[in-house]
This record gives sequence, structure tokens and C-alpha cells, in this order.
Amino acid sequence: MLIKPAPDIRSSEITDETLYLRRREFMKTAAVPAFAALAGLAPTPAFAQAALPNVRKGVVTTDEAWTPWEDVTTYNNFYEFGMDKGDPARHSKAFRTKPWTVKIDGLVNKPGDYHLEDLLAPHALEERVYRLRCVEAWSMVIPWVGFPLKDLIKRVEPQGGAKFVEFATLHDPRQMPGQRLDVLDWPYVEGLRLDEAMHPLAILAAGLYGKVLPNQNGAPLRLVVPWKYGFKSIKSIVRIRFTAKQPVSSWQASAPQEYGFYSNVNPDVDHPRWSQARERRIGEFFKRKTLMFNGYGDQVAGLYAGMDLKKFY
Amino acid sequence: MRGASLVKPLLFAASLGPLAWLSLGAWQGSLGANPIETITRATGVWTLRFMLVTLAVTPARWLTGLNEVVRLRRMLGLFAFFYGSLHLLTYLWLDQFFDWAAIAKDVVKRPFITAGFSAYVLLVPLAITSTAGMIRRLGGRRWRRLHRLAYVTAALGVVHYWWLVKLDTRPPRNYGILLAALLLIRVWAAFKRGRAAPGRRPA
Repeated sequence: MLIKPAPDIRSSEITDETLYLRRREFMKTAAVPAFAALAGLAPTPAFAQAALPNVRKGVVTTDEAWTPWEDVTTYNNFYEFGMDKGDPARHSKAFRTKPWTVKIDGLVNKPGDYHLEDLLAPHALEERVYRLRCVEAWSMVIPWVGFPLKDLIKRVEPQGGAKFVEFATLHDPRQMPGQRLDVLDWPYVEGLRLDEAMHPLAILAAGLYGKVLPNQNGAPLRLVVPWKYGFKSIKSIVRIRFTAKQPVSSWQASAPQEYGFYSNVNPDVDHPRWSQARERRIGEFFKRKTLMFNGYGDQVAGLYAGMDLKKFY
Repeated sequence: MRGASLVKPLLFAASLGPLAWLSLGAWQGSLGANPIETITRATGVWTLRFMLVTLAVTPARWLTGLNEVVRLRRMLGLFAFFYGSLHLLTYLWLDQFFDWAAIAKDVVKRPFITAGFSAYVLLVPLAITSTAGMIRRLGGRRWRRLHRLAYVTAALGVVHYWWLVKLDTRPPRNYGILLAALLLIRVWAAFKRGRAAPGRRPA
């Protein structure tokens, strides 16, 4: 397999090691004037995350109220950091996302180990406000920052035989305490049909609320597929593989009778143990009706024309 | 035993702790992003905990020889019923908004709800017959036989929890192990009683 050579890095860009080792100290010092500038304002956790520059407004898919930052960043299913929804925020504080490499392999003309910076560099980041519907029947509205997955796929040139894209999350039990439990077969794996992955609504996100993606939300790079249940939107991606065979996702492997490959949001196909007809929007008291394809049917229903969605759940 | 009279009111106050914690959290808005889920979980788990603590009273008496602890059993059992009622009410009101058709469908179609609902239904006669008057009216033997339903309802509670979890079955499994231990102690005690006084065993 072809390994992409390391990119050219100017020596001026490399942080001096002694400074690197003192980075916490440096951060503290650097934070003082920043907070002084905010005199009178109580610092909220939102300030802890660096802002992403040059984010343009992207396709608007909903004008619904955004779920508050506080909820988006403290109520997470990210079992790599623990089973409780508060665990990811609690246990991911020291998670290292730099350096980060994404391996692109399989049936593709430009495979390689891509440094995250190089992976992101050619793409303009845009804001995409999407509904997120969890398979557990709750939902949020999240202003992601990312770029269309199809732009990356075109760049790496999948071969004719590639029909599916398989993604994998980092496997590092030292950093991800949840992986010390064998609740799932680690690493976490998800997959899309190539045409699904090429759909303009499918994005790779590197941020939310205009800021760098918090660790608990899948930093540094995650998938967002808004018409599918949340677990399809795999987090902290380290591998993207192009295959001819349909991948088996972690949830499929764990409970095939409960989780299918497609996992499209569908109010008419219940989870075997609970109904999917309604959902609780985080922050709302009453439940609301769940929409077919999470309300993105006009855009994506064509991908599934002629398919029995009760069978291909 | 001096101080024994204080134990019961103190335990009563402590048993209201989870409710106080939930009420304060709801008041302050500190129950997290999904407060209704937090309330549902907490009331459910505390129902199970009170059931197990109630079932631990008799073995505790055997092990410690402190007969007074039995006086706490009814109160603890009623707290299980109390938290179970709050749990059910949370589901009926905050989860289903009294949509009776949807609730009926859930109870029939979703095994974990069937188990949980059955557990609650079986708790009702135990709560009703918990008064001294009822014990007298039923007679000790029939009352004790009826109250063996506590074993069934606790088991259903564990099953309800087990079938509900998505992946991590450790918490319900731990409650299941505790329950199994509490039931096995009883089997062992009954076996020993039978051996110690075979003549007293009814034919």
C-alpha cells in the first residue's frame, strides 16, 4: 500500500519541545488577558473551546431553535468514554487530538495516512444546522461546522469497485476508558453505501457552534448523517476504507435483530424494544412526532426508492 | 435497646432523600439535559433498591439477632411502593402524557414494560395489606403467603431493568445477583429449619 509521505512542515510551524511540555502553563498565561478582556462576564464552558476561523454559512436545513451548547456538550452517547451520558464530557478532558492521522485505504486511488491538517486544508468549513435524532428517542438541533464528505471522497478517487465506505473510531483504551469494557467489539465501526456517503447532506464535522469540536462530541473529526440515527454518525475517525462488501457496523454485530445497516430515522419501524414514533427534543417538555428520514425525506428518499425499509431497517 | 426509637424516624427521613434530591434538582434545573429521563431512571432504580433493602431485613435479623429491625420492614416496603408509584406516574404522565391507547400498546407489546407494569401491579396488594388491621383480618399464615409476592415483584423489577438497557447489563446484573443472594439465604434458612426440627414440619 502506498503511504503518503509526510507533508512539508516549515520548522517555524513546529512548536519547540520545551514550550510544548509547558503548554498548560502557557495556556494559563495566555488565558489571563483573554479573560481580562471579558471583565464582568462570567466565563462559560463555551469559551474553553477555540473558535474556528473562516466558517461560512452553509445550506440551511432548519430554522428550529438550536439546542443549548451546555446540553450538546454534556449529554452524549460516546461509549468510548463511558456508558453514562455525562461520562464523555467528564472522561475526555485529557484526550489528545493532536497529532491525528486518518488512514484512507481500500478501493481508492489515493490511499494514505493523512494528517488531519492536510485532510482539512483544501476544504472550506461551513456551518450546517441539522436535527440529530438518537435511536433512544431524543433529539437535538446542532449547528455543526464541517464540509461535505463527498468532497473528500472525490479527492481520494474511489475505484469502480468501491460500493461502500467503512469508518472506524480510534481504539486506544488508555485514553478511552470505555474501551476497557467489552460492551462493544472495539474499535467502533460504521458504514455507508457510497451513494449515501456522496449525498450533499452527509458531512464530516470538525466543529460545532463555530468552535473546535469538543472531545466529547467526537473530536477532532466525525461524521454527521442527519437522516440516520445518531449512532451512524461515527466520532473521532481514524480510518476511512472503501470496500466492495457491505461493512458490518458495531451495533449490527452487537445486536443484529435491533440494529440494521441502514438505520434511517423511521417513525414506522420501531426498535424491537421501544417505539420510534415520537421523540423528546432536548429542552422541550412534550414529545414531538418523529419525521421520516428525520425530516430530510425530500432530499434523501430517492436513495432508497423501491427498497422495503421495514426489511432494510 | 436505647436509641432504637430514633432509628425509624431517621430512616424515614433518609428514605425521602432521593425524592428531595430530585425535587431540588427539578427546582434548580440541575437534572441535566434530559430531566425527565433522569427522574424516570432515579425513581425506577430507587424502587428496586428499596425492594432489595426490604428483602434484606429478615436475613439481617437472622445474621445479627436484632429482632427490632423487623419493625422497619413495612416502612421500607412502603417506600418501594412509593417510589414505584412515582416511577409509574412519571411514565404515564411525562413520557406518555396519559395517552391510554399508546400506554396499552406499550404494556402489551414491549416486554420490558410488561415486566415493569406487572411488578407494580403485584406491589399494590402488598401495600394495601400492610396495615395491622389487614394482617389481623387475613391471619398471619395467609398474610405471609401473600407477601411472598415480594420475591416475584423484585425479580420482575430486575427483569424490567435488564430488558431496558441498551448495552451495559452490569447494573441490572448486580441487582439480580443481590436478589438471588437474598432469596438463597431464605432457601438455606428454610432447609436448616427443616433439619433442626423435622418433627414440627407439617405432614
